[in-house]
Amino acid sequence: MNLRKYLKVYKKFLHTSLASELEYKTNILIDLITAILSLIGSIFLLSIFFQNNGYIGGWKFEEALIIQGIYTILNGITNTWFNPNLTEIVKHIREGTLDFVLLKPIDSQFFISLKKINPSGFLEIMLGFFLLFFCIRINQINLNLSFLTLSFITISCSICILYSLWFFISTTTIWFVKTWNAIEVLRSFLYIGRFPLNSFSFSLRVFFSIFIPIAFITTIPSEVFLGLSPFWKILLEVIVSTVFLITSRKFWLFALKSYSSASS
Amino acid sequence: MIAKLMNRKIFTLLKVQYSNMLEYRVEIALWAISGIIPFFMLNIWTNNNLNESINISDVMLSRYFLCAFFVRQFSVVWVVFSFEEDSLLGKVSPYLIQPLNPFFRYFAQHLAEQITRFPFALIIAFFFFIFNPESIWIPNLVILLLSIISTFLSFLIQFLIQSIVACLCFWTEKASSIERLLFIPTLFLSGLLAPVVSFPAYVKSWIYLTPFPYLIDFPANLLSGNETNISGGLSMQILWIFLLFPLFKKIWSEGTKKYTAMGS
Repeated sequence: MNLRKYLKVYKKFLHTSLASELEYKTNILIDLITAILSLIGSIFLLSIFFQNNGYIGGWKFEEALIIQGIYTILNGITNTWFNPNLTEIVKHIREGTLDFVLLKPIDSQFFISLKKINPSGFLEIMLGFFLLFFCIRINQINLNLSFLTLSFITISCSICILYSLWFFISTTTIWFVKTWNAIEVLRSFLYIGRFPLNSFSFSLRVFFSIFIPIAFITTIPSEVFLGLSPFWKILLEVIVSTVFLITSRKFWLFALKSYSSASS
Repeated sequence: MIAKLMNRKIFTLLKVQYSNMLEYRVEIALWAISGIIPFFMLNIWTNNNLNESINISDVMLSRYFLCAFFVRQFSVVWVVFSFEEDSLLGKVSPYLIQPLNPFFRYFAQHLAEQITRFPFALIIAFFFFIFNPESIWIPNLVILLLSIISTFLSFLIQFLIQSIVACLCFWTEKASSIERLLFIPTLFLSGLLAPVVSFPAYVKSWIYLTPFPYLIDFPANLLSGNETNISGGLSMQILWIFLLFPLFKKIWSEGTKKYTAMGS
């Protein structure tokens, strides 16, 4: 019953935001070219690393491409949902329009996380999938049911972790008002998700698996693709993503208690 | 007389913008942190001994990336985003009436931000030296002066390119997507992620004809004491400024004719 209501509301969200975004058609074309160029650029960078070396952190070039594919998909998801919505929180809080969101008979986190959509991110997601299929062919991975379920589980967990990280930082806006730049910091940290975790030094590896679990986001799903991932790593990722999701939810509810509207 | 008046205007603008920027110290500190991607790249390079193949020692490479970080810090440009916002909100109209090109205002804003950013960049460099004490070096005064000049020229080139893109706001409302497109080659070809010497030959053959290597690679090589052609680099930077400036003036005068005030 409740679920149906949310689905219905979401359909309306999709409709309105798509309608407004499609106003800028050339923009979508430019964003597509940007996504393609950015993928070419990162493959170019990767090829520089592999110019004279067969392995980087124990990964071959063909294997490292899987990480790029997964990164591209996740980046597309970020650009489609997280970026347009969660940067909006900053605006809501600064202008005091969060009041209107809170007054609606609908969950506030649902509303602010899914209100908008940026269709140009879809193309990036598709691009990532193309690269992944290409990687499956060149790495001669055979598709079977357990592989598909495991990769589906790990990628969904990565999405949850990514969402929670974005949502965490956007929530801090309630106290600090302008966290636009904190999001930039997160973005630059996420950048290392393009490379295998083992290619970094030990201290960075520890930092990016314990404090900001970027390691989990791309490296573990890629290991699943190659059939290298032991079961405990997958389990760990599931646990980490659940913990992150629950804490981000709790954090939001806690933050709302400190919300004192602006200009009203 | 005119020059004196101009000076006073710029001085006042700078003072106003500096006090404005000091308001956002935390913001700018976070922004400075978000520029640490070169250090991640350095980590990949040295941790996998990739630099052996391009004949740059660990120490020189770490100095290179530190300088790349510095050059990037002082050549970040965001004029297109400010201008887009101002033009969408109709704030450009009052600026146009004033007897001063509005881009001076943005220019002063950028300079003031750089001054505010300076101590934070120094703190990050200090931490870098704590972790890499062997890479401490003191460039001689002439080199330091030349690299400050070339960093400023790099900033000017990027400011001009972005101002040209910003002027496209007069025709389309969202010029920032073009800027995001242009940012991709800047990111991958400027030397921020990998020094241009390490690029494969088929890229090196044409890259020096584009403005990209002069944005970060050239000033960073100059400051870090890596091998570079000083007079050639500086003259290419000046050449690009001379090419871009008339283009900006042209597009500005065309654009203002086209301008229809929005939101007023």
